[in-house]
Amino acid sequence: MDEIRMNLLKEVADLDALPVGAYNIRENGKAAGRNTTANIDIVTKTDKPGIDIYIAPGTKKESVHIPVIISQTGLTDLVYNDFYIGEDADVVIIAGCGIHNCGGELSQHDGIHTFWLGKNSHIRYVEKHYGEGDGSKNVMNPTTIVHLDEGASMEMETTQIAGIDDTDRRTEGDLKAGAKLEVREKILTNGVQNAKTYFNVDLNGEGCSANVVSRSVARENSTQFFDSRLNGNAPCAGHSECDSIIMENGRVTACPSLTANNIDASLIHEAAIGKIAGEQLMKLMTLGLTEKEAEEQIVNGFLK
Amino acid sequence: MLELKHVGYVAEDDTEILSDVSLSINERFVAITGPNGGGKSTLAKLISGIYMPTSGQILLDGIDITNMSITDRANLGISYAFQQPVRFKGLRVRDLLRLAAGKDTTLAQACNYLSEVGLCARDYIDRELNDSLSGGELKRIEIAMVLARGTKLSVFDEPEAGIDLWSFQNLIRVFEKMYEETRGNILIISHQERILSIADKIVVIRDGRVDRVGSRDEILPGLLKSADAGNTTCDILTQKAMS
Ligand SMILES: Nc1ncnc2c1ncn2[C@@H]1O[C@H](COP(=O)(O)OP(=O)(O)OP(=O)(O)O)[C@@H](O)[C@H]1O
Ligand SMILES: [Mg+2]
Repeated sequence: MDEIRMNLLKEVADLDALPVGAYNIRENGKAAGRNTTANIDIVTKTDKPGIDIYIAPGTKKESVHIPVIISQTGLTDLVYNDFYIGEDADVVIIAGCGIHNCGGELSQHDGIHTFWLGKNSHIRYVEKHYGEGDGSKNVMNPTTIVHLDEGASMEMETTQIAGIDDTDRRTEGDLKAGAKLEVREKILTNGVQNAKTYFNVDLNGEGCSANVVSRSVARENSTQFFDSRLNGNAPCAGHSECDSIIMENGRVTACPSLTANNIDASLIHEAAIGKIAGEQLMKLMTLGLTEKEAEEQIVNGFLK
Repeated sequence: MLELKHVGYVAEDDTEILSDVSLSINERFVAITGPNGGGKSTLAKLISGIYMPTSGQILLDGIDITNMSITDRANLGISYAFQQPVRFKGLRVRDLLRLAAGKDTTLAQACNYLSEVGLCARDYIDRELNDSLSGGELKRIEIAMVLARGTKLSVFDEPEAGIDLWSFQNLIRVFEKMYEETRGNILIISHQERILSIADKIVVIRDGRVDRVGSRDEILPGLLKSADAGNTTCDILTQKAMS
């Protein structure tokens, strides 16, 4: 049991031991450890499951780890986490959810994360979703809602590489003047897995910008659906990109949409879906790799 | 030693691209030259296994490799620097050099290969081989990968293309040093007189056939003369156009 727990923590939060700084560990739907610091407070919600995280204005060089692990089969966990980032703060937030499902039942985690970034604050938000075990089904539906005040910026890295059978991922953002949102998403599906991912970003303030980049690989009989909407409501810059590799019978649909409601909104979308280029395989084979090894290298590099 | 015996290649759309190519490559530097579209790159692809010959036989040190896969040929000791290097999203220069040189290569060794082709290792080792690299940079990395492999047969397809004149002499030094280390055969497809002039043997491929083969002294003067003739034809055309 402990080994399973350690492995999940390692997979989702890259932790070998309890993290340094503020943290909150949630295990099988219950609190399993918490630490706060002078600048970072974590408070359990009283009206619904979840926590409120308060980062004091001006906090720098601190981090918050909030991993969620589920090792009990048949558990459906719904959690609301709200992050209040004070003005001028600059911190790293590491979230992530790992499911180890060895029963025969569905295990599900739905996390709704809402961020309020104060003026000129900056966060790097890293989340990883991971499943393992031979249980019947692992489901994760992460929702991320970000409100960026003037001059605030957020970098979000979200990864789902293995073991999640069904996912419905939603990311929504609204940006005030000069705010900046960068999202990098990486998804790999195989077997009969299904992943849907939606982005909706409202660029409301002058000079704000958003860059949403999704890279994915759909293997075997898995399916993916990518839907991104950028709405330019002010002089702003928006860029979204969906780059997918399909292998075997993998299927991908990309549905980007751009709406400009302001003459000075500049919006770009790029989408590319296709199998691995033959010349890439050949190049690696001329270095002595087999076709399988070449594929492996290309996919790993693409999702790194 | 590489031997091609009556090698022919007919593409999928039934066009004959190479016919009856017989050659042996056992010299230090062998240069292949000839007009655009003559079949030089096709020949390199047949040697490396990217294309399979539709007739004839290819032998490496007496072993019949005619039907061998790209991977098996690579492992037997054939390397090929493409005319058009391939880009990879996500793979870094260090990843490719490690794949080329083998797992046990140290970072320092990988950096050495980059320095040899005139790239400052510190600036390039962590770059992705994506669209952000310039044509000449990619070309040099392509050459570095073949250096890193150090096999008994190395094929370079127009290595000078995109390499600035400043580095030209260095490129020639790279080939010389490579020979010192591998004692293998180096096959260079090139249109450049300066490269042809270091070749021990020159092969001219034209219209899918071996037009001429011989030592540098036998072949090079004739090539230079026909290049002059080429200019005369152009003059006539320009004069016509002007009148
Ligand atoms: N797969 C193919 N199918 C049909 N035609 C092909 C194929 N590959 C090459 N060709 C044609 O074969 C001819 C020889 O091409 P190749 O690339 O070998 O020329 P080359 O001598 O390397 O020319 P260059 O000096 O321009 O690099 C060209 O006319 C080319 O269009
Ligand atoms: Mg060519």
